[in-house]
Amino acid sequence: MAVSIDSSRVIYEALKKAGVRIVSALPETWLVHLIRMAEEDSDMTLVRLAKEEEGVGISMGAYLAGVRSAMLMQNHGFLASVNGIVSGAQLYRIPLLMLISYRGELGERDPWQTEGGGVTEDVLDALRIVYRRLDDPAEVHHRLDQAMTLAYSSLRPVALLLGRDLMWEES
Amino acid sequence: MDRGGLKGSAMSDEKMQRLEALKALYPRLENCVVVTIMGAVAAELQSIGHRPNFFYLQHAMGLASSVGLGIALARPELRVVVLDGDGSVLMNLGGLTTFGRYRPRNLVHVVFDNESLLSVGGFPTATSTGSDLAAIAAAAGVPSSLQVSSLAELESAFAAALDGEKMTTIVAKVAAEGPKQFVTGLGLLENRFEFARYLKGLAK
Repeated sequence: MAVSIDSSRVIYEALKKAGVRIVSALPETWLVHLIRMAEEDSDMTLVRLAKEEEGVGISMGAYLAGVRSAMLMQNHGFLASVNGIVSGAQLYRIPLLMLISYRGELGERDPWQTEGGGVTEDVLDALRIVYRRLDDPAEVHHRLDQAMTLAYSSLRPVALLLGRDLMWEES
Repeated sequence: MDRGGLKGSAMSDEKMQRLEALKALYPRLENCVVVTIMGAVAAELQSIGHRPNFFYLQHAMGLASSVGLGIALARPELRVVVLDGDGSVLMNLGGLTTFGRYRPRNLVHVVFDNESLLSVGGFPTATSTGSDLAAIAAAAGVPSSLQVSSLAELESAFAAALDGEKMTTIVAKVAAEGPKQFVTGLGLLENRFEFARYLKGLAK
C-alpha cells in the first residue's frame, strides 16, 4: 500500500501542460510525490506553506501578475482556506485551481480525517465552487485542462478532488 | 482626525500618523507594485492618490502578505511593497515564516502597527500588550526586520529596504487614528481589473 507515483506523475504533467508555473502546497501523505516532482523541477516554483490559506493569496498574486498557479492541499486544508477563498478570490473574481486530496471518505483508515471528508462537498457546494472528483488516471489530463479553462473563463475557483482510487495503491 | 504631520523623532508620546507616513513613502511607491490591506491603509493611500499599480485587498485579512509574495515570485523583475497592518499580520503569523523561507529580494513588507483593529471600532490587538511583530518577523526568518517610530526612521528604513538586497519587514508604530470613511469611491472589481491590466502591460 502506497501513494501512487504513476498517478502523481500524470497529475504533474497535466499541471505543466496547463501552464502552471507556481504551485503552493501543504503536504499530506497523498501529495508527497506531487510535491517532490514540483521541487525537482527547475521550471516550477514550489511554495511550501505554513497554512493552506496562504496559498489562496499566493495564487491571487500570481494570477494578477499573469502567471498560472495551482494549490495542492487536502480537504482539511481547503476548509482552512475558506475565508481567503470567499473574501479574497471570490470577492475579487480571481481564478483558483485547487487540487484537493479527498481524505475521510470510503476506504479511509485514519479516524481524524473522517469529519472533513463528510463536509467537503457540502462546503464546496455552499461556496458554489464547481468541482470534479478524479478517480481514474485516464481522465486526469482532460479534466485538469477543463478545470483550468473554466477557472479562467468564470474567474472563479475550481476544485479537483483527488480520490483514494487515484492516489493510493492498495496492493 | 488628522492632526498634521509630525516630522523627526517622536520626542513626546505622540505617535506617527499613518497618513503622514504614507505621504512620506508615496514618491517611492509610485514605481512599485503595491498591495495594501483593507481599512485605513487602503482609504488613506487612495486619499493621497490612487494609481493603477496599487491593489487594495479589502478583505481576506492576513493575506496581503501572501498576495505580495505571489506577485514577487511570479515577477522577480518587479519591486513589490506590501502595506500591512498589525491585525492582519496577527491573523497570518505563519505567513512570516513563509516570507522567511522564500525571502524574495524584490519585496518590502511595511506593517503599520496601530495596536488595534481600527475600522471595526478600535479593538486593541496583542501588539498593545507586548507582542512585538518586528521580533516575531526576525525570529520567523525574515532576513531584515526592524521597528520604527518616527517619519525619519521610516523613510530611511524604507529607502534602505528598496535599494538593498534583503527582504525586509518594517514595523511602523502609528497612532490609532484613521479616516472618517472606509468605503471609497473606487470599486473593488474596478481596482482588481485595472491592476491586473497594469501588470500585464509592464515590460517583462
